[in-house]
Amino acid sequence: MNEIIAVLPYAAPVAYAALGETVGERSGVINIGLEGTMLLAAYGGLIGATHLPGAYALPGGLALACLLGVVLTVGSGLFTIVLRADQVVIGTAINLLALGVTGTLFRAEYGHSGKLLSLPVLPRFAGFDVILVVLLLAVPAVWFLLQRTAWGLAVRSTGEYARAAEAAGYSVVRLRMQAAAFGGAMAGIGGGYLVLGTTGGFTENMTSGRGFVAIALVTFGRLNPWLVFGAALLIGYLDALQLRLQATGAAVPRELLIALPYIVALVVLVVVGKKRGVRMS
Amino acid sequence: MKHRIATFTTTTIGLIAVLVLTLAVFGLPVGPSLHLIVQGAFGDKYGVARTIVRIAPLLLTGLGVTVAWRAGMYNIGGEGQFVIGGLCGAWTAKVLLSVHAPAWAVSILVIAACAAGGAGFGALAGWLKAKREVNIVISTILLNFIALQVLSWAVAGPLRQRGSTLPWTDELPQAVMFYRPDRTSDLHAGVLLALAAAFALYFVLFRSRWGFLVRLVGVNPRAAQVSHIDPDRVQVAAMALSGALCGLAGAVQYLGISGQLSAEFSQNWGFLGIPVALLGGLHPAGLLLSASYFGTLLAGTANLARFSEGGDTLVYVIQAAAVLGLAGTRSYLSSRRPSGAVEAA
Repeated sequence: MNEIIAVLPYAAPVAYAALGETVGERSGVINIGLEGTMLLAAYGGLIGATHLPGAYALPGGLALACLLGVVLTVGSGLFTIVLRADQVVIGTAINLLALGVTGTLFRAEYGHSGKLLSLPVLPRFAGFDVILVVLLLAVPAVWFLLQRTAWGLAVRSTGEYARAAEAAGYSVVRLRMQAAAFGGAMAGIGGGYLVLGTTGGFTENMTSGRGFVAIALVTFGRLNPWLVFGAALLIGYLDALQLRLQATGAAVPRELLIALPYIVALVVLVVVGKKRGVRMS
Repeated sequence: MKHRIATFTTTTIGLIAVLVLTLAVFGLPVGPSLHLIVQGAFGDKYGVARTIVRIAPLLLTGLGVTVAWRAGMYNIGGEGQFVIGGLCGAWTAKVLLSVHAPAWAVSILVIAACAAGGAGFGALAGWLKAKREVNIVISTILLNFIALQVLSWAVAGPLRQRGSTLPWTDELPQAVMFYRPDRTSDLHAGVLLALAAAFALYFVLFRSRWGFLVRLVGVNPRAAQVSHIDPDRVQVAAMALSGALCGLAGAVQYLGISGQLSAEFSQNWGFLGIPVALLGGLHPAGLLLSASYFGTLLAGTANLARFSEGGDTLVYVIQAAAVLGLAGTRSYLSSRRPSGAVEAA
């Protein structure tokens, strides 16, 4: 049990992003820009935590991260959902945009090499902080939202057969934008927590693929919040294991350990095989 | 033709507007910054050389992206294919140089090894898509991260320079490197390889039977299937060619610029090739223009970075904004046209 609690902070960023993406993909949209969304949100967390005074620093940082997540996802939704531009093209551009914006701003503020940052992190009680508790509540909440509410039913119908939803009087565009906004908020919290909970620092491109891993987890978890969360725990475990083995010095090459989450995510996709996630047009 | 000139003009104006806007948004003085960028890119023969040698890898990775995307394969893995190509090249060089092979043979075989390595890595992702329906975007991205770790492991381990404690490979002898007309500038003959690849890809894509199949499968795999063409085979082959071109980009950087590999071997060339391909309209001729534009910007912002905080990360922003602008405009225009009912994405 303690082992799982210790893994939670490492799993939380991908878990939040993946739970949000689950809702988005259920509505029929895949957010390739998830990586960039998390990265920009992480930078927002840094800015909030360093520029707001005392007690406002952490909540303000997280709120800013969440807000940036929503803004970026809704912004990309204007292209992919409203204008129906190619999801991969827009997502790739969003990732580049976030990489460029955070890189430029970070260098402007902290210099090219980057100062060693030490930020306050969320206080923990018995291994739990607020965000981790919310995460544990979010898993059943997302399940309930999707499976037991009228909105969830509408969202799922939009993802499975948009014309039927449209014929039933729902606005496909509005439902997808709502789902995207939710996904953005979750990815934002995940990115903010990466800075303010998991690491207590920021480096350029610090999300290093977590957004993409999150998308892979949604496929692996077959769009089911419980399974997706379980998959996120596995990735968090590998992340924590990698850091611990690096610290204690293991016989395995360091690079293999760092690559482990990506290798596992890929192997899982290969094993799960055949079409599960959202089909890309 | 008239239509193309109009498109070209609006795109050019748009790209310059995006550049100016980006500079302004980040609080950089627009006039002096533009001056520094132009100076850095065209100021003297060193600047021009800097620009040209940046165009070459952009063009090659852009071509790689083009052939895959034309086949409907969203290859985001240019970065990994570039790196694995470079690694295969470095390993080949190490083996051949240890048996004292002639320099020209080493050069040719290293280039071939880079292309083959990239091709294999690209085909792997294509094969996973064909056999297991693994989403190509996700798999190529995950493979990028894996490739980068393989690179940092290899340069610190099996390929590390003998007697060195630093994580980089042996330096190639001058004779193996690409010919340089002027020792003092960066310009090297690998640029010609990139140009040749652009012409070759044009003929392959638009003048050959296989190229027709690639485009057919990309536009309408069902139509290909009913014509007894296996879309999977075409797509895996397109991924292999795509990877080979990205691997060639690795060869151009390895034999033209760096001469050795370190963990920082790829300066995001694989990623930067994606906007190059998109803005070039997935056509080799368009790619020549877009690669030139972004090569210029990369060389120019390198100069800008010496005097301000705005460096190559600005180019990412400009690329992203340009892609968003272009894709947005296109979708907006096509949405204005009358069309059918709502379609699932």
